[in-house]
Formats: sequence, C-alpha cells, structure tokens
Amino acid sequence: MPWSEIGISLVKIALVLFLVLTLVAYLTLAERRISAFIQDRLGPNRVGPFGLLQPLADGLKLIFKEDIIPERANKILYVMAPAFSFITAIIALAVIPIGGGFSTSLFGLLKEPTFIKFQIADINVGLLYVFAIGSLSVYGVVLGGWASNSKYSLLGGLRSAAQMISYELPLGLSILGVVLIAGSLKLGDIVQAQAKLWFVFPQILGFLVFLVSSFAETNRLPFDLPEAEPEIVAGYHTEYSSMKFAMFFMAEYTHMIVASSLIVSLFLGGWYLLPYFGWFGIDIVKYWFLPPLVFIGKVFLILFLFIWVRWTLPRFRYDQIMNLGWKVLFPLAVINIIVTSAVIVFI
Amino acid sequence: MLSDYIPILIILILSILLVGVLLSVSYLLGPRRNVGRKLTPYECGVPSLGDARERFASKYYLIAALFILFDVEIVFLFAWAVVFKKLGLIAFIEIVVFFIVILAGYFYVLKKGALEWE
Repeated sequence: MPWSEIGISLVKIALVLFLVLTLVAYLTLAERRISAFIQDRLGPNRVGPFGLLQPLADGLKLIFKEDIIPERANKILYVMAPAFSFITAIIALAVIPIGGGFSTSLFGLLKEPTFIKFQIADINVGLLYVFAIGSLSVYGVVLGGWASNSKYSLLGGLRSAAQMISYELPLGLSILGVVLIAGSLKLGDIVQAQAKLWFVFPQILGFLVFLVSSFAETNRLPFDLPEAEPEIVAGYHTEYSSMKFAMFFMAEYTHMIVASSLIVSLFLGGWYLLPYFGWFGIDIVKYWFLPPLVFIGKVFLILFLFIWVRWTLPRFRYDQIMNLGWKVLFPLAVINIIVTSAVIVFI
Repeated sequence: MLSDYIPILIILILSILLVGVLLSVSYLLGPRRNVGRKLTPYECGVPSLGDARERFASKYYLIAALFILFDVEIVFLFAWAVVFKKLGLIAFIEIVVFFIVILAGYFYVLKKGALEWE
C-alpha cells in the first residue's frame, strides 16, 4: 500500500471519528429534546441557542467528575470494559460505505487522478466483519458487569449477555436473504444491487426481523433489560462514574449509528435516492457529494425512529424478550431464508 | 487482499489512543475525595452484604451453549448464501435438508423446555 493511500485513509478516519463523536454528542441532546417534545416538556434549552451547547457542557462536566473504582472491583477489567465497548463500537464503522466516491488528483498533489471511496476499508467480507465486531461488544458489557463486583451490575451483565447472544441469531439469519439476492458480502456491492429496487420490498420480513433484533442488540427500549432502572438500578454501569460511564454511553450511541447505517445499506438502498429507479437520471459521478448526503439523511431518519420508539413503548419482561427472540424471530428468519432461496431457484 | 485491512488497523490504533487519552484526562483532572464508605458497592443505601461473586442461574449457561450451537450453523449459511445463485437447485435441496436437521434440534430444545423462563 503506497504512502499516499495511507495518508488518504488517515484523513478519512480522522473525518469519520470527528463526525461520529459529534453526532454521538448531539444524539444525546436530540434524545433529550425529542423525549421532552413527546412528553410535552421543554427539555434542555438554556446552554447556548436551543440548548445546542449542552453536549459540550455535559462532556466537560463528566471529564471533571471523580473517577471512582470500587474497592472490591477487579481493577484491570473494570477499566478495560468501557474502553473495550467503545473501541468495538467505533471500528465497526470502518466498512460502512456512505457513498460511491469521487475522482480527484487533490489539486495536483497526486500524479494522476485517484478514485477516493466514501468508505474507510473496502474489504470483501465487510458484512461478516461488522457482525464479528458487533458480537464482540457483548464482552464490554459483561466484563463491566462482572468486574464491578456489585450484585446489580452482575445481574445487568448476565441479562445483557443472554439477550444479546439470543438476538444475534435472528440478526444473522435475517440478513441472509439480502446476501442471497446480492450474492456478495461486500457492503458496497450490496448497496449497488439495490440500484433498481431497495431490498426492503422483497425482504420485508427480513427487514422487520433485523430492525427488531438491532433494537435488542443496542440495548435500547423496549429491550433495555440490562439497565432496567426500576429493577436493577442501572444494570451493568451501576458502579461506573465520570468518563468511564460516558464511554459506555458513547458506545451505546455509536452502536445505534452503526445499526442505523447497516439498516440503511442493507435494506433502504444505501446512498440511492429513490426506492425504484436509484437516482432517476441524476449524474452522481458529476454530483458526487449527493449520495453521502442522502445516506446520512436516511441514517438520521432511522436514528429518529430509535429515539421515537424508546419514548413510546414500555419495557418488556425478561421472559417475553427471550420468547420473542427464540420462538418468534428465529423461526420467522428461517422462513424468510427458505422462501427467498425458493423464489430465486424457481422463478 | 491483506492490504485492504491496513485502514482497519489504523482505525483500531487511533480509537485505542482516543480512549486512552479520554480516560487518562478524566483520571488526572477529576477530584479524589475518599470519605467513609464511598468505594463500597452501591446497594440502595443498605450496607452491602457479602460479595457479588456468587452462584447465579444456570439458565444463562444454557442460553450461551444453545447460542454457540445455532450460531456455528449460521456461519455455514453465509458461505452458502454468497454462491447460491451459481449453484442453483442442488444448493436449495441441500439447504432444506440442512434446515430440517437444525429445526429437529430446535424443536427438541423447545420441547425440553430449555427456552422457558419462569
């Protein structure tokens, strides 16, 4: 790999990290403002215009808070857990394609025009990579819950482990329909296969299973049993304070962003504007900046859905969650695969 | 191509650095006032009894074991799905047999009551 390419990747990574961290910060604000709107309150609106500086104030406050390590905790694992959660959340973003790309010579910096992809790493097992990294995220929560050596944390960690691995089965099975149609695990190829028709239409069952499972995987309401406040205080992060607590929080929101980007690229046509005809004749090679805008717009809509659902639905009971995962979503995902493959073979 | 993975290595290193900086900044800047029982585990104000390193429901182990069994089978399906269009009918028949075997196991687990939570 030549140095120029490494330089370009560095710039892309810096840009993505900056964008995602800003987005995470403002998602917390959006969550609070939207919940306030849904519950007919005002929400934070004092710090800066419309409360826009609130995330900055929150961040500074969390940095200057006391960093508590409980005396009976397993210190190394206790520090590692939030870091692990956050790192696994971030590196999953590396294979998300937010647009096609564009050709440039960087104002004469490079000898010949190079094609720069709107994607950090275009690996041929992109989808498997996202799932591999995504399943690592359960370790952060379990380690945090166990290492705190507190009963509530332990219960939260255990619940979370059982819930996340249970929903990984329907999550993995529901995307197989998409892989069957697209015939590739490269996320870029999967998006391009949707130029004529978004996969949400032929794969409506897979889409619904994937959507519900990703709510469960991100520990969001109505599946937030690992941190159910009325039962187990705050679950796995009961003992955490200061920046370590913030890190768990940022990891949760980054997971939401990854899950939304996956939903958009697998089912909602990625960077294609219209459900049927892709770009409807607009020249996206010339207007190369339009696809990323469309992609980000769709991700914002899904993120809004996440927040909307959280403040609308009540929490499930634990046995209901397990039943939904194993007895409803798992069979539905299997049916989806068999029907999809039968349609491909016989029609 | 292995060189495709270099950006992933870079983002891994950068995110570890980022996390390290954030955690050490808060460690250095935060106050440290240790009073009374501040460092004991939180149990809603009641003095904490015993350790959290106790026995817990074996149900969680069972779920983990079942997950391993079914998830390994899903990994096989990924390879199958990528080449499915090239293989055609024979792949379809094979996967139906595969699913019958999986579902036999699934219904066994269901009938044994391994997925019941009381």
